[in-house]
Amino acid sequence: MSHYQPVERKVVTVPFMVLGLIAMVGLYFLVQRFILGMGPVTNLNGGYAWGIWVVYDIVVGTALACGGYALAITVYVLNKGKYHPLIRAAVTASLLGYALGGVGAFIDMGRWFQFYNILLPWNMNFNSVMLEVGLCVMTYILVLFIEFMPTVFERFGMKDWAQRLNKVLFLFIALGILLPTMHQSSLGSMLIAMGYKVHPLWQSLHLQPLLALLTALTMGFAIVIFEASFSTVGFGRNSETKLLSGLGKGIIGLVSAYLIFRFGEILLRGKFGLIFAGDLGSLMFIIETAMFIFPLAVLLSPKMREDGRMLLYAGVSLLFAGALYRFNAYLITMDPGPGYSYFPSFPELMVTVGLVAIEIMAYLVIVKKFPVLPKHAHA
Amino acid sequence: MSGPDFSYLEKRLGVSRRTFLKFCTGVAATMGLPTSAAYAMAEAVATKRKKPVVIWLHGQECTGPSESLLRSEHPTLDRLILEMISLEYHQTLDAGAGHDVEHHKDVMIEQNKGEYLLVVEGSVPVAQDGIFCKIGNKTMLEHTTAAAEHAAAIIAFGSCASWGGVQSAAPNPTQAVGAQAVLPGKTVVNIPGCPPNPYNFLATVMHFLTFGSLPALDTQNRPKFAYGRLIHENCERRPHFDAGRFAETFGDEGHRLGWCLYKLGCKGPETYANCPAVEFNDIGGGTWPIGVGHPCFGCVEQGVGFTKPLFSLAEVKTHTPPNAFPTIDQREESPTATAATAGVIGAAVGAAVGATAMAARKVHENDNASGSNQ
Repeated sequence: MSHYQPVERKVVTVPFMVLGLIAMVGLYFLVQRFILGMGPVTNLNGGYAWGIWVVYDIVVGTALACGGYALAITVYVLNKGKYHPLIRAAVTASLLGYALGGVGAFIDMGRWFQFYNILLPWNMNFNSVMLEVGLCVMTYILVLFIEFMPTVFERFGMKDWAQRLNKVLFLFIALGILLPTMHQSSLGSMLIAMGYKVHPLWQSLHLQPLLALLTALTMGFAIVIFEASFSTVGFGRNSETKLLSGLGKGIIGLVSAYLIFRFGEILLRGKFGLIFAGDLGSLMFIIETAMFIFPLAVLLSPKMREDGRMLLYAGVSLLFAGALYRFNAYLITMDPGPGYSYFPSFPELMVTVGLVAIEIMAYLVIVKKFPVLPKHAHA
Repeated sequence: MSGPDFSYLEKRLGVSRRTFLKFCTGVAATMGLPTSAAYAMAEAVATKRKKPVVIWLHGQECTGPSESLLRSEHPTLDRLILEMISLEYHQTLDAGAGHDVEHHKDVMIEQNKGEYLLVVEGSVPVAQDGIFCKIGNKTMLEHTTAAAEHAAAIIAFGSCASWGGVQSAAPNPTQAVGAQAVLPGKTVVNIPGCPPNPYNFLATVMHFLTFGSLPALDTQNRPKFAYGRLIHENCERRPHFDAGRFAETFGDEGHRLGWCLYKLGCKGPETYANCPAVEFNDIGGGTWPIGVGHPCFGCVEQGVGFTKPLFSLAEVKTHTPPNAFPTIDQREESPTATAATAGVIGAAVGAAVGATAMAARKVHENDNASGSNQ
């Protein structure tokens, strides 16, 4: 007897069609990118080799897709089985989010047809953080796909296959926890390699991997709250606030640890004054920090933590905080040298927006056709 | 047997076993050979046997190779090299003079037929039967052919002996040529350079003593370990070349900052030698021509050294620099935000915030409803 069921709703709705329209625009510019090349479509230049495709689709996108990772740790490592009903939705969103990251990396590659070289061991540079991220993300997409397979087997009634997979699934679950730990921290390590280009408030050197991992986990928990809340509202399902507020307690620890390390590093390295320098860096830092502190304040109060509305606000604030942390470090306050500036072009933005639209559409189709969301008693 | 008896060697050479092994390791490293080869060399020298006889001829030259060999080593090396081999004839080092030493040379060649090592230093003039260079009333041409006849191996040391050197530069009135040119059918190992690096010579000799054969040679019979790569490939100023930072005149800012000397006529890009790796005079710190700010003039390379004008551009054997390098100060115009792009971002963030607010309201209503139900 399954604990999950498809949402019994029509697939083609008005929002779905609007998303489809946005996706078409994105795909139009994506085709242009492959015909005309990167130059005419994007605003990338010699100083900013990484634009919104890398920073949103990969760096932020995979962090937003850490729901599966965060929940897998909670359920399988910390053995909190009560959160198990949330895991299929989280794995589905992770799979889609990481697929977006993979596609983002591919379309951002100038010579994408050389892509296969990353898989040839004799072409590998084993000192490269990029290699680690590339291989690890590829493997993790595969692992997420396998983790998703029980849902597919259940949908098509393939019980034999489900049983067979069940015997080895623990291995993939273990990999599904190991791999994100590796590449999410490496996404921080890439900032170490960028050295002085990164604003001092974000250049924490050896703490980069830790801060990247902590924020990825907070974003992972926050996205679970976000998805569950929106499913509740969008599909008229029972509230899961009680379950979600439990996750809120975990977030308190993670955000506190993050703030301690972040501010500790800034204080010990004598960079505290930069927060009040009054320039772009200090402004972005204050906004970002406020977005980390607001959810902490909400979650620390037991009353507000039980309130589904405040919980959602806290979660979304955390998503913005984690995303802004990455955007600030990689793009907004980054200084690749005098004279360079970057702002994404319209086609560039539309490709990203279009891909996100496709991701949301795919999620909607999957939850309506596959047993992903927890079964709920009809009210 | 547990290895060679170094006590004899210590007495003979007056150096400690440690110093001697260090020297051998250094020589092996010059040739890129492993430590085991260094030990084999030490064994070859230390083992008590008849030392190989060396006959050393001087033709048209400045004795630069001998000077370089004698001077640039560690203090004990001159003794070592003279003890290691049996140097029977060397015009500038011989204690004796005149017909005595000439006679001694003939005797030694006769006694060691097919076993002695012949080193030629200086070019051989061939115009008018070689009368432009005579030693003991015989021409250098005669000396060279006679000594080469029964030599076990022949080494041409220095650019003059290798391909004629400065004497062979136009108009070359004496028709000076290298040793190989007058010894058809013989293998002459060329160790060019003006002066040549003594380590390249020592390493070749040690290879011969140890393994009984010559090291791998290139098409011009130069040992590959020393002349296998362009100076350009291992030059410490190469990054400046690749980045387009060139000294334009002597003493300008680029020259003082140690930039690439290509535009001052440096011949590194067409000269095959290990100068940037081995350097000169054992003091390190970039002590070689380019290292101290002088363009390479291609002394080892026939057709470059003493032939091409000092300040003419080298023919780059790897790849030539582009006419224009990526700009450093002048950036391409970086477009900034437009109304459309700002609008898209605003709409995306706005949609997320708006949807959150609406969802939050509904969640609140839901919670209240389920709360009142219970």
